[in-house]
Amino acid sequence: MSVIKPITGDQAAAEAMRQIDPDVVAAYPITPQTEIVMNFAQFVADGKVQTEMIHVESEHSAMSACVGASASGARTMTATSANGLALMWEIVYIAASTRLPIVMPVVNRALSAPINIHCDHSDTMGARDSGWIQIYCENNQEVYENIIMAVRIAEHKDILLPVMVCQDGFITSHAVEGVKIYDDRKVKEFIGEYNPKHPLLDIDHPVTYGPLDLQDYYFEHKRQQSEAIKNSLKAIPEVFAEFKKHFGADYDFIETYKLADADVAIVAMSSTAGTTKAVIDELRDQGKKVGLLKPRIFRPFPKEKIVAALSKLKAVAILDRSESFSDQGGPLFTEIRSALLDEAKKPLTVNYIYGLGGRDINMKQIKSVYADLEKIVKDKEAKNLVNYLGVR
Amino acid sequence: MKGLVEVRWHGRGGQGAKTAAQFLAEAALETGKNIQAFPEYGPERAGAPIRTYTRISEKPINLHCGVANPEYVVVIDPTLVTPAVVEGLTDKGVLIVNTKESPDEIRKKTGFKAGKIATVDATQISLDTLGRPMPNMPMLGALVKVVPLVDLDVLSERVKGKFLKKIGEEKTNANIQGIKRAYEEVKVG
Repeated sequence: MSVIKPITGDQAAAEAMRQIDPDVVAAYPITPQTEIVMNFAQFVADGKVQTEMIHVESEHSAMSACVGASASGARTMTATSANGLALMWEIVYIAASTRLPIVMPVVNRALSAPINIHCDHSDTMGARDSGWIQIYCENNQEVYENIIMAVRIAEHKDILLPVMVCQDGFITSHAVEGVKIYDDRKVKEFIGEYNPKHPLLDIDHPVTYGPLDLQDYYFEHKRQQSEAIKNSLKAIPEVFAEFKKHFGADYDFIETYKLADADVAIVAMSSTAGTTKAVIDELRDQGKKVGLLKPRIFRPFPKEKIVAALSKLKAVAILDRSESFSDQGGPLFTEIRSALLDEAKKPLTVNYIYGLGGRDINMKQIKSVYADLEKIVKDKEAKNLVNYLGVR
Repeated sequence: MKGLVEVRWHGRGGQGAKTAAQFLAEAALETGKNIQAFPEYGPERAGAPIRTYTRISEKPINLHCGVANPEYVVVIDPTLVTPAVVEGLTDKGVLIVNTKESPDEIRKKTGFKAGKIATVDATQISLDTLGRPMPNMPMLGALVKVVPLVDLDVLSERVKGKFLKKIGEEKTNANIQGIKRAYEEVKVG
């Protein structure tokens, strides 16, 4: 039987980890770590999980220990945030290119400097080329459910890639919401036993992980990695379908809100998508045809779905909670604009960089974006390609 | 958002403003409502002014922005009573303050013109019941008397559920007694 618990996004992540009961969790126990690991460590201490918890001396070591554990055949998890992820960087790439199905909840927070502990997506957007699958969560319920699905996605035989499950720092990580928690047994049934394909400790079938791989084969291995992430576009829907069968909740690469008959739309990820829905409800009452596209999964990039959802619109504003300093817009914008480029019929697109360092994104700001879109449709052009929303 | 109620809590670090915001949300959740409770994080230190928030709604809450126009404001620390606490509060709003002063005096200090003001000496109540100046639980009692967001019994049960294992029966009962006393003693002006 499921039960609705009032818990934070951090606790929702820890609750999913408790039910998953991974073989190994390696984590660095102080700032910038989040309460995810604190809560999970409590489960370990209370004997609620069988996990071997490894306390390491840095985030770099945390991911290194995860790589070792996962290669040896253990179901492995860790969690991180902000500068912690930045310090992991080198090994984050190694986890992906070694094809290790590690699952890592990430609480999205700004990178220093200046020192800031609040939400933006700079940390994981910086890791978008690392080869990890990236899932972004709107609310605590999605945090819980996406982490459970992430295990199946990472370990899928046609994928074998690590997965980051991202949520907005403080906005959901420290906010209490009602979260429907499924029965432990049902979750365990859904994720199943982990049968690693090529465990290092299987001495009857010796394998090598991470050898020297120069001009002769490195390129072929990277090419296979591209294929794996492309394959994941086909394999992930199997996990969505099974999740729906087990728990009833409907997931897809993207979610749309009142988009079918919309003239203009906002594209936003994570918690901002929720606030945008509330704005849409108000504007729809005034007869305005406005909608939302929320990418749930950014890697693999669900190009076909995004293009199909957006191409008929007149104008689209893409909201980025990170800056890429290209002067061509944030990462979500450049990729969506590029995806639409060859379409015969496509909307005018415009970018808004917002909410850096936890700056609140409120309904008024989102309404101003829809007002801008109305003007863009009227003028038949977006005068400013890249805009900064809510900055002084 | 229609059918949405937003509460802003003003307290000082260590006074339990976060706990109060959360307990209110949890009691509402028990009655089948949708909820959010979250603090506004700044530098975390004891004694620093902090704001926390509760959202309660019949429908699912999609909003994830800060609360700009709360319906109700609860001031847990009497020294925080300035015009800043009524910022964004409309004429239909209600201000509930922990103070020895009267609603009229609070109205003068905050410049809150048209809305309802309620006062209760929650610090004294917590000293009497708990033996410590922890006015957060009494303020919950005062709030649900002035604005029936949740039933007093549901709230008391929730507090019991949260506290019993953590602080024992005696202190839990003292907290519940504090909630009930403030519920009786709150004055509306």
